[in-house]
Amino acid sequence: MTSTGENDPRLEKYRRMQRIRQFEAKAEKIHADGEIPGALHTYAGMEASGVGSCMALRDDDYMVGTHRSHGHPIAKGAKLRPLMAELLGKKTGVCSGKGGSMHLSDFSMGSLGETSIVGSGGPVTAGAALGAKLQGLDRVALCFFGDGASSEGAIHEGMNLAAVWSLPAIFVCENNRFGMSTPTSDAVAGENVADRAHGYGIPGVIVDGQDVDAVEAAVREAVDRARAGKGPTLIETKTYRYGDHAVNMGRELTPRGPEHDDWVKRDPITIYRQRLIEAGVAEADLDAIDTAVADEVADALQFARDSEYPVFEEAFDDVFVDRLPIPAEVQAHA
Amino acid sequence: MARITFLEAIMQAQQEEMQRDDKVFIMGEDVRCNVFGTTTGFVDAFGAERVRDTPISENGFIGAAGGAAMVGMRPIVDATISSFLFPAMDQICSIIAKSRYIYGGQAKLPLVIRSCLFYGNSNAAQHSDRPYPMFMNMPGLKIIAPSCASDMKGLLKAAVRSDDPVLSFEDSTCWMAKDEVPEGEHVIPLGKGDIKREGSDVTIIGIAGGVNVALKAARALEQEGISAEVIDPRTLVPLDRELILQSVRKTGRAICVDPAHMTCSAASEISATIVENAFDALRAPVLRVTTPDTHLPFSPHIEKPLYPSVERIVDAARKVVGTRQTQPA
Ligand SMILES: Cc1ncc(C[n+]2csc(CCOP(=O)(O)OP(=O)(O)O)c2C)c(N)n1
Ligand SMILES: [Mg+2]
Repeated sequence: MTSTGENDPRLEKYRRMQRIRQFEAKAEKIHADGEIPGALHTYAGMEASGVGSCMALRDDDYMVGTHRSHGHPIAKGAKLRPLMAELLGKKTGVCSGKGGSMHLSDFSMGSLGETSIVGSGGPVTAGAALGAKLQGLDRVALCFFGDGASSEGAIHEGMNLAAVWSLPAIFVCENNRFGMSTPTSDAVAGENVADRAHGYGIPGVIVDGQDVDAVEAAVREAVDRARAGKGPTLIETKTYRYGDHAVNMGRELTPRGPEHDDWVKRDPITIYRQRLIEAGVAEADLDAIDTAVADEVADALQFARDSEYPVFEEAFDDVFVDRLPIPAEVQAHA
Repeated sequence: MARITFLEAIMQAQQEEMQRDDKVFIMGEDVRCNVFGTTTGFVDAFGAERVRDTPISENGFIGAAGGAAMVGMRPIVDATISSFLFPAMDQICSIIAKSRYIYGGQAKLPLVIRSCLFYGNSNAAQHSDRPYPMFMNMPGLKIIAPSCASDMKGLLKAAVRSDDPVLSFEDSTCWMAKDEVPEGEHVIPLGKGDIKREGSDVTIIGIAGGVNVALKAARALEQEGISAEVIDPRTLVPLDRELILQSVRKTGRAICVDPAHMTCSAASEISATIVENAFDALRAPVLRVTTPDTHLPFSPHIEKPLYPSVERIVDAARKVVGTRQTQPA
């Protein structure tokens, strides 16, 4: 008999990476079919960066992410149903159909937003870390941002604040080698984003972003430091996105070099699966996880499809605490 | 004359101005790879020095465009989506809009900041802004918001030649629409509006893509025997108030169609102008057909009805035409 290893953290890491991969494969397909509106930015290839980071966090730790928002919540343990429903713009979506693909943010899992304005998560992270500290909570706040985002002033300002106030924050730069069509080397001065840590007087760590254990270890050390009141850490995960900037655009924006194939060969899920098998985990157990995840994804999609769209009045909810008055002439034609 | 799209018109304007004046250069995120099709072949034609990909740092490169303009260059910044102007508010509002004034006319900032209005396609609130009214409230920035390819080309060329900073808001609902566009020296002066359709019962002033919705509504109204005049200010700063007032004095009724949020919209400014200056000519209240003051949701079913539509404009026209007051003497 195979077990799905609910309590084995190694299998949980594997499961979450599989969830991201399979959830997105399904999303990409139905997006191509027109079932998901808007743009879809996939995380495929980067699973170890998100899962390694989140496995080092507690459920009540905070996390802020980006427009490439599918991987982070799944990595932190979010349920798939509300995520898929959000992609379809349904009322049962995690953001009630207001956010969509760029904003899969599950606050019940400690998320404080997946924000699509590049770099805008930096100050939020510093603020959450400050809020935790001021309230005497021993929580940390982790910021995911891209190599491209590292050029935004807001990222610098967030890191400087966190450093100067010794806040419990972790800044994880997911360097996937491109911001849209632009190679990191054309946009980011200096060799590594992590090198900037010296300027803030905080640790800067470079880690193999395709190795989930390595990412987890680096983030765990940063989390321990942060919880101990020793301030933030900047970690750069060297990783790669398989898809184009956004998928199904009908045109490739990312100029792929010969290294593309090398990156695909270093697939984070394959690497980890191999490692688990070498460590004695039965292949059948891993296969069982793959199958269980496929079922979860299918269930999530069914749930999303069965769910209702929001009604027009809901467009006026959540600007403020109270629903806005709805202009009659607009309502008349909704 | 050739029939080209709005995007091709932008491309042509940029190309011609870069050919004409070697001080003109373009920069922005991913301009070399030509995401929207407005820089096709530019790197080959003008070289990478004049067609610059920037890091993702709007406050940095938009501010740098201001600096380059102060020393004699004429930058065109492609800020892609207008929501990304917000990180650059500091440089736009405190440096670019004010330097000429603060320094008593010593500084000259001939730059163009282009960005598109990217709404109506489930891109959610952070990407769907139509923020020109916010900038109308900041003196020192000229603003164009064309509704067709011909105007886009002529105004963009004027913007590049202007010695003042110009923001160009390009409505993505117009991108693919084709129009007869004059080749070569086609320059439309900033601040000059256009009558897109003549009519006698009601003046509909449209902003950006709102003009095209207004024109459709005008055709529908014709079936009902209501004759609508459609005015496109084309430039929001400076605003061709006289053209609008002339039309309203003729029709006695006005509707402002603006895809921006209602409060303090361009429609609000235009309505106030009408009420202040042509009150005696008005036979009905001035109405605004705008996007209500809520954010734009992702879910298409609740996003789409928020924008000005043909039906809403037709309703508004029926209302003002039905509101017959005594004919002014
Ligand atoms: C302030 C801002 N500028 C530009 C954009 C458009 N944009 C969206 S994602 C992106 C590239 C981001 O690159 P990176 O931070 O490396 O993240 P990745 O997409 O590679 O995950 C750009 C330019 C944006 N969303 N926000
Ligand atoms: Mg990147």
